[in-house]
Amino acid sequence: MAKLRVNGAEREVVSSADTPLLYVLSDELGLKGPRFGCGLAQCGSCSVLLDGAEVRSCVTPLEAVQGRSVTTLEGLPALYAAESGRRDAELHPVQQAMIDVEAMQCGYCYNGMIIKAVELLSHTPDPADEQIVRAMNGHICRCGTYPRIKSAIRRAARAMRGA
Amino acid sequence: MNGPLSIGRRDFIKAGGALVISFSLAKPLLADERGRGRTPGPPDAKSIDTWLAIHEDNTATLYIGFAELGQGCTTALPQVAAEELDLPVDAIATVRLDTNVTPNQGGTYSSSAIHRGAPQVRAAAAEARQALLDMAARRLGVPVSGLSVRNGVVSGGGQSVRYGELVGGKRFNLAFTGTAPVKDPGQYHTVGRSLPRKDMRAKADGSYTYIQHVRLPGMLHGRIVRPRGQRAYQAGAKPIRVDEDSIRHIKNATVIRQGDFIGVVAEREWDAVQAAQQLNVVWDEAETLPAYDKLFDAMRASDTEDRVVKEEGDFAQAFEAAAHRATSICYGPYQSHALFAPNCALADVRDEEALVICTSQDIYNTRNGVAAVLGRTPENVRVQYVPASGTYGKSCYDDAAQAAAVMSRMTGRPVRLQLMRWDELGWDLYGPAHIGEARAAANADGRITAYEYHGWAHHWSLIETTQQLAMETPVAEWPFPVSQEVNPLACGGMYAIANQSLVNHRVPGGGFLRAGWLRSPLDLAFAFTSEQAIDDLARSLGRDPYLFRKANMADERWEGVLDAVAKASGWEEGRNVRSGDGDIVRGRGIGLGTHLASRGGAVAEVEVNRRTGTVRATRLYGAIDAGLVVNPGIVESQIIGQLVQTASRMLHEEVRFNEIGVTSLDWNSYPVLRFEDCPEVTPIVVQHLDEPSTGAGEEAMAATAAAMANAFFDATGKRMRIFPFTPERVLEALAA
Repeated sequence: MAKLRVNGAEREVVSSADTPLLYVLSDELGLKGPRFGCGLAQCGSCSVLLDGAEVRSCVTPLEAVQGRSVTTLEGLPALYAAESGRRDAELHPVQQAMIDVEAMQCGYCYNGMIIKAVELLSHTPDPADEQIVRAMNGHICRCGTYPRIKSAIRRAARAMRGA
Repeated sequence: MNGPLSIGRRDFIKAGGALVISFSLAKPLLADERGRGRTPGPPDAKSIDTWLAIHEDNTATLYIGFAELGQGCTTALPQVAAEELDLPVDAIATVRLDTNVTPNQGGTYSSSAIHRGAPQVRAAAAEARQALLDMAARRLGVPVSGLSVRNGVVSGGGQSVRYGELVGGKRFNLAFTGTAPVKDPGQYHTVGRSLPRKDMRAKADGSYTYIQHVRLPGMLHGRIVRPRGQRAYQAGAKPIRVDEDSIRHIKNATVIRQGDFIGVVAEREWDAVQAAQQLNVVWDEAETLPAYDKLFDAMRASDTEDRVVKEEGDFAQAFEAAAHRATSICYGPYQSHALFAPNCALADVRDEEALVICTSQDIYNTRNGVAAVLGRTPENVRVQYVPASGTYGKSCYDDAAQAAAVMSRMTGRPVRLQLMRWDELGWDLYGPAHIGEARAAANADGRITAYEYHGWAHHWSLIETTQQLAMETPVAEWPFPVSQEVNPLACGGMYAIANQSLVNHRVPGGGFLRAGWLRSPLDLAFAFTSEQAIDDLARSLGRDPYLFRKANMADERWEGVLDAVAKASGWEEGRNVRSGDGDIVRGRGIGLGTHLASRGGAVAEVEVNRRTGTVRATRLYGAIDAGLVVNPGIVESQIIGQLVQTASRMLHEEVRFNEIGVTSLDWNSYPVLRFEDCPEVTPIVVQHLDEPSTGAGEEAMAATAAAMANAFFDATGKRMRIFPFTPERVLEALAA
């Protein structure tokens, strides 16, 4: 039995200590944000925030996150609300910006894209294009939607600075 | 997308549970749908009720046979229905594809969802509207000619009635004749507009259901066990020894074997993953493939089956007599679908019915394949589609569906099979390698007078790996030439040329890699070969490559798409954009191409580092004329994807192998384009409201491949004859 904090709630899970966090989140806790892509930390499909920093849950064993705080795609609106002093938020501005520019095609990689962009904007509120590229370069989009992801991140950054 | 899920399995209903999708119960069934899904499909395409249901709340459900692959058809097809019915597009839902529920409209490939699907949906919706107007006329006592419809409300004679009041919850019980008049495009208020896609919100907030999220009650987790990297198609995968004791320490993990097929199942996913990796199997390591650097020699040396695809005039004589001649001999690699999420499939094989949930582009064809593997009739197999990451053609989805079915039958339990990264990349049905030889000639006036194309490739693999291994089925290849052989539209078809000769050399595929259709099949290689020859002719004549092409167009619409992309890119006649004297040189190129219909044009700007050999596409412009474009915003998005994916395929993508097997097994050994080398992109949609819709999901890619090759020449004065443009090859070309 391990304890961890997922999207603000204390959760107890029964997976073995060596189980990658991805399988705990998707199989035991039924979350749809983090999802399998490579199992090799190469693509970013399974990304979550661990104490605010983006990690690849497919190679992060459960024992490494004991007692720590995990935020998934589902938890981003609440995270944004807490950080911006709102009572609640329907979506994180990064999620909203992806919708506004109709960035997604299949959308499968967007868990990682959104998680990574949220991490970037948390420490770099006004990123230059090179900073966006450097931060996002470890995340692959097979549909080739990179141009709209970049514009959505810029759009979200503006929205968050204005907020 | 996340509309009502039809449930037809009495077992589930008896058990009081719905088919459990993504941890939540499916939405309650609408009253109208109680009768759907109980019998094997396809449902009768000649009945309006197969296509459309009107509900009491004045909403509708559209039953389409096309899969949402991320290309937006679950927005655009409802748009077509909304137009004819005069309903708001938000009032029209679609359902998951299901062989017991949705009509068989053929597979979702060759950019057909709008091309083939829109006319069917339009005709069905128009016929439903006609029936609704007849009902309203009787209800209101007003002739049809005195009625009008707005937002599903029929008005006339000072009265009104909603569609939902006329037929809501009931069936039309009406034959679909296809004879109802459809709207004049001049009256369109919904079609032709960039309405927002219906699936964006769920994809951003994490609530969208992908196949990876689907669970069945009581299921096991499965993984396949194969050598890392496929061997030659006909060689299969031969286990010499399987040491089942090697996974004894993993609790509840079981080895599944049928013939040469090996898999593992376990109660927990991580146990299945570990068991598949730790199961000790000694594989036959025979050298069954040509050496990587001998691939094209082996193709040429094959005993090919040759076919004349097109023969007009006298090529040889015209070529010989011409003032200007160009020859382009080029090579295209095997490329992988490399779909972002490896395939996943679920199966619950029971005596009364085998249920398979998968990501097939063609569920009815998948049904046949699963039936063959299970030794059952297709009617005993039910296949449902749940979206996945973009497949861009025939990836391992049927292989996964068949493997899940085998595992479920052998365990007697539902099985969820997830392929691992190396399974998907290593056992993919690759876009086949190609050798092209184009020869073109022009007279002194600048008219192209002769054109010849010879192409070498093998066909697609017909027998899925699971069937081959489990059933010992001999390999076979797809017989039809379409999309597998020299494409007369992509190879010179955009030009009016009097003397043409197109010849296909079909290579027998058994000794090569597995193959399947990959977005714009072979077209990148065709245009890469062909359009470099056309460019060389222009330069030989001292003509601007855009104006030279413009002067030789086959029709006005080819000219229109060429003009559109030239204009958008700011192409100026004769302006040489070649620049840079140091390590970095830049150039610009133009190209044309397409797949089976529609017309595509592209302009590329590339940057070549002459010291390192690296090439970047800095800016790409792509234009498509696909006739009537239902949702231009969606097509813009499609073009952006085509431009970026083509840059990836031209600069990075190639399946590597040695004599034993494939060695491209992950994102390091099969690199694709990333943020750091993503070009600036400009999509251009050429709208023709009065022309039939044709495809828009792949038709700018060939043009883009050609434009990049021509831009490379513009920058360097050298021709690339093989892609991808790896630094090694670029340095070799520059030194030549």
